[in-house]
Amino acid sequence: MLKDITIGQYIPGNSAIHQLDPRTKIITLVLYMVGLFLVNNVTGYAVVTGFTLAVILLSGISLKIILKGLKPLLFIIVLTLGLHLFMTSGEIIWQWGFLKITSQGLRQGIFMALRLIFLVTITSLLTLTTTPIALTDGIEKVLKALFIPAAHELAMMMTIALRFIPTLIEETEKIMKAQMARGADFDTGGLLARAKSLIPLLVPLFLSSFRRADELAMAMEARCYRGGENRTRLKQLLMGTRDYFAFGITGLFLAITIVTRYMV
Amino acid sequence: MVKEMIVIENLVHKYRTPQSGEFAALKGVSLQIAKGEFVVVIGHNGSGKSTLAKHLNALLLPHSGRVLVNGIDTREKERMWEIRQQVGMVFQNPDNQLIATTVEEDVAFGPENLGIPPVEIRRRVDEAMNSVGMSQYKTKAPHLLSGGQKQRVAIAGIVAMRPQVLVLDEPTAMLDPVGRAEVMETVFRLNREEGLTVVHITHFMEEAAHAHRVIVMEEGQIVMEGSPREIFAQVDRLKELRLDVPAMTELSATLRKEGVKISPDILTVEEMVVALCP
Ligand SMILES: Nc1ncnc2c1ncn2[C@@H]1O[C@H](COP(=O)(O)OP(=O)(O)O)[C@@H](O)[C@H]1O
Ligand SMILES: [Mg+2]
Repeated sequence: MLKDITIGQYIPGNSAIHQLDPRTKIITLVLYMVGLFLVNNVTGYAVVTGFTLAVILLSGISLKIILKGLKPLLFIIVLTLGLHLFMTSGEIIWQWGFLKITSQGLRQGIFMALRLIFLVTITSLLTLTTTPIALTDGIEKVLKALFIPAAHELAMMMTIALRFIPTLIEETEKIMKAQMARGADFDTGGLLARAKSLIPLLVPLFLSSFRRADELAMAMEARCYRGGENRTRLKQLLMGTRDYFAFGITGLFLAITIVTRYMV
Repeated sequence: MVKEMIVIENLVHKYRTPQSGEFAALKGVSLQIAKGEFVVVIGHNGSGKSTLAKHLNALLLPHSGRVLVNGIDTREKERMWEIRQQVGMVFQNPDNQLIATTVEEDVAFGPENLGIPPVEIRRRVDEAMNSVGMSQYKTKAPHLLSGGQKQRVAIAGIVAMRPQVLVLDEPTAMLDPVGRAEVMETVFRLNREEGLTVVHITHFMEEAAHAHRVIVMEEGQIVMEGSPREIFAQVDRLKELRLDVPAMTELSATLRKEGVKISPDILTVEEMVVALCP
């Protein structure tokens, strides 16, 4: 059950998106988000939708995988849609008792839901097409360029987190099974009972995580780890024509979204 | 060139705990290990084996006495990283010493820390993975490997740093018999073919049978020292120290008690076969 979590999942491939430098992907992702938050009319959303679909197509990642990634967010998306649908005042187009839908609400709701969906889609596309190492390397470089202190430490933390998520999930399942064998019950009862039933799971998990952290720190020191200074990397990041092209296209996209907002 | 790779003189180490104050885990240990030697350290839980191991690469420093690695005193702060590059260490839990999300990135971790140029790292990583027989797993995630494979990756990570000494602190304790055999074969080969000095801590007596020298520790001191044959012939003394002997040695001791004329220093199944059916 826990194995279904797909944080930081990478799907190997050779698409143009896969081959982009991680720094390019991170920066263009930010530019894309700016564009996404700028658009406020049908033309604008049409442009964003077209661009997003084109990027997905280019990445060679199947729509099914992307939809699967959206599933956990279904509740939030529906909630956003609902809130806007029923809470926006304006011209009433449908009414049932105290519930009423306005045309402004319908528009706003659909826009907001789309915004959320695109945001999640494009972000998961980043992790789906980038190896965790490339991603953390890219983040480290981008943060460093922004003069953010402890960029290396943050990236190292991410690497270690990504490395240990599967290990900890495995361990959680092992402890759960062990506690279930002793009669623990994680699936029934009210909220409070369920929260309580998690204690015998979390306590051993925390204890073992601290021990792991301790041992890992020792192993890292034994392998001469002393922070990011003077550290070299096996794989170096290299920008190429493809990356400049990506920047160009994204810049164009951003320009068009600005035009749709202020001039259409 | 120093012939003695490691020299330990009268080493004392004390742990300070809030509950019980000071506790001497090593009480005056002296030991010399030659270049290319394969030394196995055995001893009951808590006898100070891990503490001793951590002194070999300056993870711990002596309270008194001293430790020399290739002539360098481990207390020389400026040369600590040099010492750690020369003395690689593999720990017990394979999960808690792999850092990166792929095998080759993990093997590269040590060389990266040493600031070696990328092209050279690539070469060392490929060589190291080859020498532990893990080349085909390059891009695998560590958590998908078996215990024995994880330990071999950990060893490759050390080998890629080009050390002189490999210290292994119970690397086989959490492995199944297949994984254990994999790891031991790798370690023995590195010792034989690459001339790596090995200090191997274990509680599996079979693993000591092929060592050049066996050291037995008890309560922070070295209580026995000698070739595997010399050590395991003293079955009663080992039992006193709550240690096992290799199964075949135990069998030969039992046979001798029953009146079978057989040598007391049999270590392996092969030797037993030869002794029984000459
Ligand atoms: N960090 C520590 N703090 C306090 N006591 C410790 C610490 N590590 C080990 N010890 C104690 O030192 C003794 C030797 O431990 P250790 O070297 O781990 O033995 P071994 O590896 O042979 O089992 C044990 O009695 C242990 O309890
Ligand atoms: Mg130990």
